[in-house]
Amino acid sequence: MAAAQSELTRARARSAWLFLAPMLVVLALTAAWPLARTIFFSFTDDKLGDASYHFVGFDNYFVQGDGYTDGILADPLWLSAVWHTVWFAVVSVALETALGLVVALVLNSDFRGRALVRTAILVPWAIPTVVSSKMWAWMLNDQLGIVNDMLQRAHLISGPVAWTANPSVSMISVIFVDVWKTTPFMALMILAALQLLPTDCYEAGRIDGVSPVKMFFKVTLPLIWPALIVAIVFRALDALRVFDLIYLLTSGSNDTISMSVYAQQQLVQFQKVGVGSAASTLLFIVLAIFTAGTLLLTRSKNAEA
Amino acid sequence: MKLKSVLTSLSLATAMGLALAGMARAEQVAIMCGSVGADQDQCKKGVQAWEKLTGNTVKIVSIPASTTDVLAFYQQGLAAGSGDVDIYQLDVIWPGIIGKYFIDLKPFSKGAEKDHFPAIVANNTVGGKLTAMPWFTDAGLLFYRKDLLDKYKLKAPTTWAEMAADAKTIQDGERKAGDAKFQGFVFQGKAYEGLTCDALEWLDSFGGGHIVNKAGKITVENAKAEAAITEAASWIGKIAPEGVLNYGEEDARGVFQSGEAAFMRNWPYAWSLGNGKDSKIAGKIGVEALPMGPGGKHTGTLGGWQLGVSKFSKHQAAAASLVMYLTSQAEEKRRAIEGSYNPTIPALYKDADVLKANPFMGTLISTFTNAVARPSLTTGAKYAEVSNDFWNAVHDVLSGKSNAKTAMASLHAQLKKVRGPGWDK
Repeated sequence: MAAAQSELTRARARSAWLFLAPMLVVLALTAAWPLARTIFFSFTDDKLGDASYHFVGFDNYFVQGDGYTDGILADPLWLSAVWHTVWFAVVSVALETALGLVVALVLNSDFRGRALVRTAILVPWAIPTVVSSKMWAWMLNDQLGIVNDMLQRAHLISGPVAWTANPSVSMISVIFVDVWKTTPFMALMILAALQLLPTDCYEAGRIDGVSPVKMFFKVTLPLIWPALIVAIVFRALDALRVFDLIYLLTSGSNDTISMSVYAQQQLVQFQKVGVGSAASTLLFIVLAIFTAGTLLLTRSKNAEA
Repeated sequence: MKLKSVLTSLSLATAMGLALAGMARAEQVAIMCGSVGADQDQCKKGVQAWEKLTGNTVKIVSIPASTTDVLAFYQQGLAAGSGDVDIYQLDVIWPGIIGKYFIDLKPFSKGAEKDHFPAIVANNTVGGKLTAMPWFTDAGLLFYRKDLLDKYKLKAPTTWAEMAADAKTIQDGERKAGDAKFQGFVFQGKAYEGLTCDALEWLDSFGGGHIVNKAGKITVENAKAEAAITEAASWIGKIAPEGVLNYGEEDARGVFQSGEAAFMRNWPYAWSLGNGKDSKIAGKIGVEALPMGPGGKHTGTLGGWQLGVSKFSKHQAAAASLVMYLTSQAEEKRRAIEGSYNPTIPALYKDADVLKANPFMGTLISTFTNAVARPSLTTGAKYAEVSNDFWNAVHDVLSGKSNAKTAMASLHAQLKKVRGPGWDK
């Protein structure tokens, strides 16, 4: 019976495609085409400001000749860029999720001035990253910055710390500023989920005498889990593409280089469109694998539930 | 009928536009001006005078403070053939890299370039084309606090070792006197083009070569270069704050001008700002050539900026006229007096007014005329990569991640890879 589709069903399918068409065209032009071009250029030796190019196969990615290896995958700088980026993404997203959860739980309770606090907490998120990076760069300045001044007055540090210059602390500074900036986003996403929770589970739990901690882990967390996963995926994708914060806050040395900074350096500073495109393509592949992995994991979890 | 009316009104508008253009030939040109120190103010003053003279209008577009960012920004616009900006402010190392995007200024200069330093004009001439007019020149200088040297009965140092010892004496004394933040020496240690300039001075002052020599040979792996960088690394945490590893020109000036440092390496522009009304150290600044290494010489990296007209500009004649005005003797003199921008016209170094405002320009003229050039002409389009690898290697040594010997050896290998079959291939 499914084999013979009625005229109505077919008409519906046609109009569905018709309505989808504008969006698909826009998507193809703004997302698919640039992506295809980037992948295309990653197999060439194209240079900015030089119209001619040749195909070089996978040479931009990896090439082995007698006695040498070349290409991005053989570049120790790329490997450390991947490591920095993953480290940054894991630590900052974990901290943002934990802090965001705490903030959301507080904001979810009833207290006077709740609306005001909710608005105020969004301020860091509303400031453009370029502005907040510059702001923090000044506050973290080793000689003139307020952070060192306050910490020294409180006798927490003996001398000024070069927060953005010292390679061993500059990544911590970057993560700190990112957590400051993005915790509100996580809090807002989680708060939205909290507000949709049914009250009856809590009433039942209270009657059974369940402790608040147990209530959180057994009732609240499973119920907001789907929303939490979406928020974490969003944030992780953002964090893996990190560019502006690192570029503006740190000294630009190789100690904090991220995958996006590496790609920008090759593409813009060195004018190597081919190598830069290959780096961008690798970044895209990392993101795609991450997204697919998360979706698969959560799908199997949802199927269990 | 509808189409016809549209066409009619369009042609009417065009005719009116043409008539207007015929009546008043005022044009609007856009110029990129720097944003370090007084760059914007001084650029505005010069531009306004030209506006009054010609009746044209000028839009000033500001560019980032870091030259590394500026070059990337320019290359993107120029590679896309953008005609939005007519005049570009070009670093002395760029004509070899992006000169092809600029028109030949010779038809407009009427020989005016002959009044400028021949070396800079030669640098700006690419394939027989004068891609840019010299605007101001730069060389790294050592700024010091006269009052503090007197206080500790010291003489202005002539070697790096003396400078480090003096800096330590003053730093210890000032800190004991209650200024816990006081620093001996500040310079440009951030991983960017500025560090390449500073580090090239260390190399050259020790006799350690210029990274890549004129014949294209990579010369960075030698004992003198290693000694120079080792010496510089010994300053960090001792006479220079650790934060210097993230300092550009303006960060160093910020510390020095607020009276918190005894010595500073910077470009000449810091002189007039340091002696400005809002400066804590006005009248207390001394300037001299950078110290030398053992058996080396005094040196300074050649810097400076040029003005070029984009070949995508739609107002080339007006833009060239503005360039010629800004690089004229009168305007360079005004900028030298008001902003201590080093003129590119040798005659101005004998001008009494210029020397009164900037006494160092007379005494240090040999530093400016003999400044050491970065290897941008030899390495051409690959210079950005050469410089990036060099500053990262030096930054690693300064931050203690590596030692000079290892860093220079791996830099040598890296530069060989960048060179490939040849610098121009």
